[in-house]
Amino acid sequence: MIIARLLKNDRGGRIFLGLLLLGSLFVLLSNRLLPEDSLLHVPTYTVTLLGKYLTYALLAISVDLVWGYLGILSLGHGAFFALGGYAMGMYLMRQIGDRGVYGDPLLPDFMVFLNWKELPWFWLGFDHFGFALLMVLLVPGLLAFLFGYLAFKSRVTGVYLSIITQAMTYALMLAFFRNEMGFGGNNGLTDFKDILGYSLQQDGTRLALFVASALALALGYLVSRYIVTSKLGRVAVAIRDSEDRVRFMGYRVDRFKLWIFTVSAVMAGIAGALYVPQVGIINPSEFSPINSIEIVVWVAVGGRATLFGAVLGALLVNYAKTYFTGAFPEIWLFALGALFILVTLFAPRGIVGFLERRKARDEREESA
Amino acid sequence: MSIVDQLRHATRRDRVFNFMIEADRLQPDVSHGTILYVEDLSVSFDGFKAIDNLNLYIRDGELRCIIGPNGAGKTTLMDIITGKTRPDTGSVYFGQNIDLLQFTEPEIAQIGIGRKFQKPTVFEQHSVFENLELAMAGNKRVWPTLFARLTAEQIDRIDAILEQAGLIDLKCQQAALLSHGQKQWLEIAMLVVQQPRLLLVDEPVAGMTHQEMDKTAELLTGLAGEHSVVVVEHDMDFVRSIAREVTVLHQGTVLAEGSMDEVQADPVVQQVYLGV
Repeated sequence: MIIARLLKNDRGGRIFLGLLLLGSLFVLLSNRLLPEDSLLHVPTYTVTLLGKYLTYALLAISVDLVWGYLGILSLGHGAFFALGGYAMGMYLMRQIGDRGVYGDPLLPDFMVFLNWKELPWFWLGFDHFGFALLMVLLVPGLLAFLFGYLAFKSRVTGVYLSIITQAMTYALMLAFFRNEMGFGGNNGLTDFKDILGYSLQQDGTRLALFVASALALALGYLVSRYIVTSKLGRVAVAIRDSEDRVRFMGYRVDRFKLWIFTVSAVMAGIAGALYVPQVGIINPSEFSPINSIEIVVWVAVGGRATLFGAVLGALLVNYAKTYFTGAFPEIWLFALGALFILVTLFAPRGIVGFLERRKARDEREESA
Repeated sequence: MSIVDQLRHATRRDRVFNFMIEADRLQPDVSHGTILYVEDLSVSFDGFKAIDNLNLYIRDGELRCIIGPNGAGKTTLMDIITGKTRPDTGSVYFGQNIDLLQFTEPEIAQIGIGRKFQKPTVFEQHSVFENLELAMAGNKRVWPTLFARLTAEQIDRIDAILEQAGLIDLKCQQAALLSHGQKQWLEIAMLVVQQPRLLLVDEPVAGMTHQEMDKTAELLTGLAGEHSVVVVEHDMDFVRSIAREVTVLHQGTVLAEGSMDEVQADPVVQQVYLGV
């Protein structure tokens, strides 16, 4: 019911969700039923790659929510993604048990290597999946809440806010690089064996993770769509366009910003948690500012303030990245930079904006 | 005030502390017929006295015009009343009971003071209707806003106000596409739907044609009575057409107060304005 109402005036959203459903079904069936030498067979390797793209798409939606609708250019959303990922990674580490290289029943390999005798307090509880899931939501959410509370209360806006979001993720990267932090230093967390008792190497587990990513993306889209079509969403756009005016109308701008920023960070954390079991590693480079900037590029390429544009951008840019880093590794960063400049110059509203403009023009010509 | 006095003041039992009351439930006490008390107000920016020992009283339901040359402190006064600027000394009371200086901008708006800016600021990406929906009085906290649905009654009220402002045919139009005058009216309509007790209107007719000015005058005089209205304006003809009482501001203080004719006959005012 709610879903039908949400999608009533959202042609792009209907197309996106329809394609997501059909695409996921196709991937599932072809991987399971078609013989491996068939042309349409999707190998498990590709399934996992697609699953990774889907978590990126969810991350892009979370950035679009704060950037496109609220006007906060966050250059630190990678941090929330990585924190969600670390929370999941810690659970996966604890699942290794005594199958590590050193065979310690309690301590992960890197702790044995560092000569630690017991598990640090902040690792307690991570052997329970439920607790880890809670942390996936809570840790990025709490960080965003604290950070946002301080930043929005003192009315830091514009480039200054962008810079401190970037400083935040950079500081976290440096912290996580340190061995003493207890998160595996620069190697991060890896060598995962299984999740909920199912081996991560098995095709079935990988398909399940892919399906979970697709579901999370669809749900994330619907939640975001609910937010932006509510009165709260209209207040957010009003804040983006004229913050002072909103304040004089009686809305507490700082609280609205804080709410949306926190919701978006939680969403990014979920994306990170789904990303880690599929790529099999989480390390501090996920915090690097360049990652966060890349997310912003996805959203800009797809089209701001459309939600499905962010998804489109994330999928296209990442497909291009996979292709280019394989075929011409040295030009990838140049290509990314050029893409950003071209989009800003010629399609300021991204691919979606470009398509909408063309459609509007065609309609005008038809009626003329 | 000695410490004992302060303590006695703080432990008075005949009232609730203001900070304990939700801002949107505060009601100004106008039993003496005055809605706004501005007393001994001073503020300076880097040594420049923008407001200098200013006293101003606005009666409940009146339409007051404030005029004065550039730099007289008109906009600064509005900034202080709406909580944007903090004064160095002085007090601002809304009714007899609400000390406005301890509230933030959104709280003051919820208490019942609306403000229109000099430059028309409407939300350009929203439709005319949505602009009013956002401005409408109601619960403006985060969660209720997320689940807010317009009632039929509210929609009717918005329509009625749009009718009054002459914007009903443009209801679904994006606000960015309105003309300058229409944006001004939309902003006034947004103020009205916010249901404030006191409206502060900064230069409502700047850049308007004569017909547009007449219509604006009609709108504003129609508001007085039910609301108290303070208009800051440069255009003397316009002020003459709407004001019953005029306050002249000069260098941050009140230079003269009275009807338009009295004020214009005042030799001091003539000197300041005309350099006679």
